[in-house]
Amino acid sequence: MTVEELDQIAESTRAEYAKYDHQINVCMGTGCLSQHSDQLKDALTKAAAGAGSNTFVRRTGCMGLCAAGPLVLVDPEETLYQHVKPEHAETVVASLGKAPIPELQCNLREHFDEQVHVVLENSGHIDPEKIDDYIARDGYQALVTALTEMKPVEVVQQITESGLRGRGGGGYPTGLKWSTVAKAVGDTKYVICNGDEGDPGAFMDRSVLESDPQRVIEGMAIAAYAVGASKGYVYVRAEYPLAVSRLNASLREARRRGLLGNNICNTPFNFDVEVRLGAGAFVCGEETALIASIEGKRGTPKPRPPYPAVSGLWSNPTLINNVETFANIAPIIRKGGQWFASIGSERSKGTKVFALTGKIKNTGLVEVPMGIKLRDIVEKIGGGVPDGRTFKAVQTGGPSGGCIPADMLDLGVSYDALMAAGSMMGSGGMIVMDDTSCMVNVARFFVEFCMTESCGKCIPCRAGTAQMYRLLTKICEGHATMDDLDLLVDLCGTVKETSLCGLGMTAPNPVLSTLKYFRNEYIDHIEHKKCTAGVCKIGNAEEVLA
Amino acid sequence: MSAIVDVKTLVIDGKEVSARAGQTILEVARENGIEIPTLCHLDGLGDVGACRLCVVEVKGNNKLFPACVTSVFEGMEVSTQSERLQKHRRTILELLFTERNHICSVCVSNGHCELQSLAQSQGLTHVRLPYRNPDLPVDASHERFTVDHNRCILCTRCVRVCAEVEGAHVWDVMGRGIDSMVISDLNDPWGESSCTRCGKCVQVCPTGALFDKSKVGSSHPKYPDFLPYLNMMREAK
Repeated sequence: MTVEELDQIAESTRAEYAKYDHQINVCMGTGCLSQHSDQLKDALTKAAAGAGSNTFVRRTGCMGLCAAGPLVLVDPEETLYQHVKPEHAETVVASLGKAPIPELQCNLREHFDEQVHVVLENSGHIDPEKIDDYIARDGYQALVTALTEMKPVEVVQQITESGLRGRGGGGYPTGLKWSTVAKAVGDTKYVICNGDEGDPGAFMDRSVLESDPQRVIEGMAIAAYAVGASKGYVYVRAEYPLAVSRLNASLREARRRGLLGNNICNTPFNFDVEVRLGAGAFVCGEETALIASIEGKRGTPKPRPPYPAVSGLWSNPTLINNVETFANIAPIIRKGGQWFASIGSERSKGTKVFALTGKIKNTGLVEVPMGIKLRDIVEKIGGGVPDGRTFKAVQTGGPSGGCIPADMLDLGVSYDALMAAGSMMGSGGMIVMDDTSCMVNVARFFVEFCMTESCGKCIPCRAGTAQMYRLLTKICEGHATMDDLDLLVDLCGTVKETSLCGLGMTAPNPVLSTLKYFRNEYIDHIEHKKCTAGVCKIGNAEEVLA
Repeated sequence: MSAIVDVKTLVIDGKEVSARAGQTILEVARENGIEIPTLCHLDGLGDVGACRLCVVEVKGNNKLFPACVTSVFEGMEVSTQSERLQKHRRTILELLFTERNHICSVCVSNGHCELQSLAQSQGLTHVRLPYRNPDLPVDASHERFTVDHNRCILCTRCVRVCAEVEGAHVWDVMGRGIDSMVISDLNDPWGESSCTRCGKCVQVCPTGALFDKSKVGSSHPKYPDFLPYLNMMREAK
């Protein structure tokens, strides 16, 4: 494969599609599929053929606005239709070339205008299983350029210049990680893509893998070239069957096109990728546990150092990055590190994909530039809290993160700002809560999650989260005293400071952040035996039973 | 001709000590008579850094480091007995005592139990946390030994000695989090497992979870010191 060949494929694919007067893109991500968008696509294909119109109906990945699914995008007009059902198919086809259908049209300009799409640039526009669709949108340009025109060290340099930081949650500088692995001594090195997304309410990685898997594969290949690896693994949860099947199909396509395998682009570079399925353990998102799981061992973390960059998979130097991190690589190489660094805030560059869920009108996947105010995400993109209720808090960072209250909504989204606020960026879950959410109960929910997902290796996390859960339950039930609250805070300190891995170290965050901003709710439960949000059943036994 | 030894000097609890590069804080501290409490660590076994009792402070870093798996570096200043560390250690022990059913008075290891000794040395006079009182089984199917899960602290010494030293890998851990359990083979009764009856796991068990049926009452001291000797003899052959 050469640049010319790649251009040729892109040209012919574009020419093929240009023959059509209209292209109808039907979202077939997990969200829309659950509302039978597959039947919708069949109906549209049938209607288009029946009407004799020169129209192409395409399966695509996620278009972002999951709350309004199934979504249909008509090109070249860029008309977006929402809640489309199979019975609307004939109407949609009949309206082609005419005015859009007002009843179906989605007019959420503000939702899309505030967003900047880098990772999601192809989502909703290409067929995820057709590599030529990806190539037609500049796909694999970056890999071919890197292999034929750049030295590995130059690739690392671009990534370093871009200021990209790990999108899995920790925010470790990606360029630094790459250069560490590149410098590590070893004949065999590995590249691992962490797709073990497990935070409650988070679905960014799933969506990227379902909508644009080639982008992740290209990112991994570039990474492998930069650090000197020849074998890659994608570790993805078995709970994501669609992502797994699209990923496998895409790997076959990439091999067929000679973009994976031996002597890629007639260079000495060999690289291939294997998919490994996670069996649903949250802790396997932790890199050392993930590596143990790939090795076929029990998925428990190991103390670091040694870091995987020095001794990872089968004790070889291993580069491990998140799905979204790899999805950012191709555009950085294509457009340059400086371009990427021009987006975002001072110390957090680029964009971040968030899964916006909870008490919010526009549930779905959004990609925003770093530094954007939380208020803009919640109110403009998210459309605010529905049913006229009041916004209370937004939870970021999943079970490792915390709750940010209403008076801090003007906080700019960045790794450091969120950390300073007692939460964290995390992988991108963003759960909006209104006045019907009890913050003590929210903390209890996340602690319960950490308790059941703890691997059980170290004592503070194994037994500490279980005791924290008991104390929180006691508070929720109205039996706790202020001494219990002190004990809870004490326990949080030990679990946070002495746990072996990130799961335990961050498990107290939901408790500590709600205590910081919503201490009055804890006091209400303990001293006044009442739950203002009306979630917890407090009272004497007769009242509860009645 | 002797190999060049890379020597590091560091300070532990105000005492200047020297160490070979690659040694852990725990090794160096013990060589110099500085006691750091441990439970999952045992000389002769690979370290897992799981019990977190040996965490120490290193000057210039707010994080805590497990002494058993942290290598020394030149100029390192380690503190092993600060107020903060002692508090954490007591809480960890408290978590262990409340996790399962540790009733010293009826335990074969009463008087020579590592958990009990640690509670004494760390000044754990009472527990603030509620006891969980889980319902756990006792497996007495083995002709020589018994495993009482009520007394197990999941230090995995038995798992490691069986896999690393005996080479049988009969023991492993099942389940996760608070429901983790040490099992023999694929959760078979110990007596029906592929156990070689060597008894190493019983000797390394820090509590009364694994014990010899022939020892009754509280007359069951354990001798885990055989391990370094065994390793040394194997290497020397």
